[in-house]
Amino acid sequence: MDIQSCVEVRNEWDIVSARQLGRNMAKELGFGNVDQARITTAISELARNIYLYAGKGKICIEPIDQLGKKGLRIIAIDNGPGIREIRKVMQDGYTTSGGLGAGLPGVKRLMDEFSIESTVDVGTEISATKWLR
Amino acid sequence: MRIPILKLHEYLLITIQVEMDDQTALQFQEDLLNKIHDTGAKGVVIDLTSVDMIDSFIAKVLGDVVRMSKLMGAQVVLTGIQPAVAITLIDLGISMREVSTALDLEQGLDKLRLELEG
Repeated sequence: MDIQSCVEVRNEWDIVSARQLGRNMAKELGFGNVDQARITTAISELARNIYLYAGKGKICIEPIDQLGKKGLRIIAIDNGPGIREIRKVMQDGYTTSGGLGAGLPGVKRLMDEFSIESTVDVGTEISATKWLR
Repeated sequence: MRIPILKLHEYLLITIQVEMDDQTALQFQEDLLNKIHDTGAKGVVIDLTSVDMIDSFIAKVLGDVVRMSKLMGAQVVLTGIQPAVAITLIDLGISMREVSTALDLEQGLDKLRLELEG
């Protein structure tokens, strides 16, 4: 199982497409209602960040299987301005958009694993994983 | 896409049954305020039973429309928030503390009646 599906994020409607893709895949993999909502919401937040801060990018979703441990990974990639102070954006309540988007700490709480790499003027790549319980 | 707003005596009833994109959410905000203005409604119930995801944007639009309606003199109650949605909102760090809520449509209407008459 290494079939990755991606949605290009360029406008508000792409945010809806990205989360629908995520919900379908989460359902297929056997995630329960609550985790489906967590995954869908995390995708929505990440897609919105791309739309708000980078203008465009993509959300990829892939099923993962590590030694029989199954899960779903969301990867959000953009070539936007990058994040200058990652430590700051990972603090609750930090915002540069006036409160649109609950921010990355929220996404981190929704998922089990979270990593972020960002280079100023190059772009940002965020990876977030939810394991099937 | 437009979300229908029904009038029932002095109340407005809305049940959201579509996957809301940003435009639909903002259009709904405007439509509801106009409907409050046109009908003179004193109370509004927004039922979210069929909504399976609320992200920070939709939460903000809903919270805003509650405050906007209050400015116009109408009370809003949100009803039917699903367990998965409640869990996700709190995970996200959104408490919607100042928003009035009830378990279902029936209790929402009861709550409005109490707030408006009591």
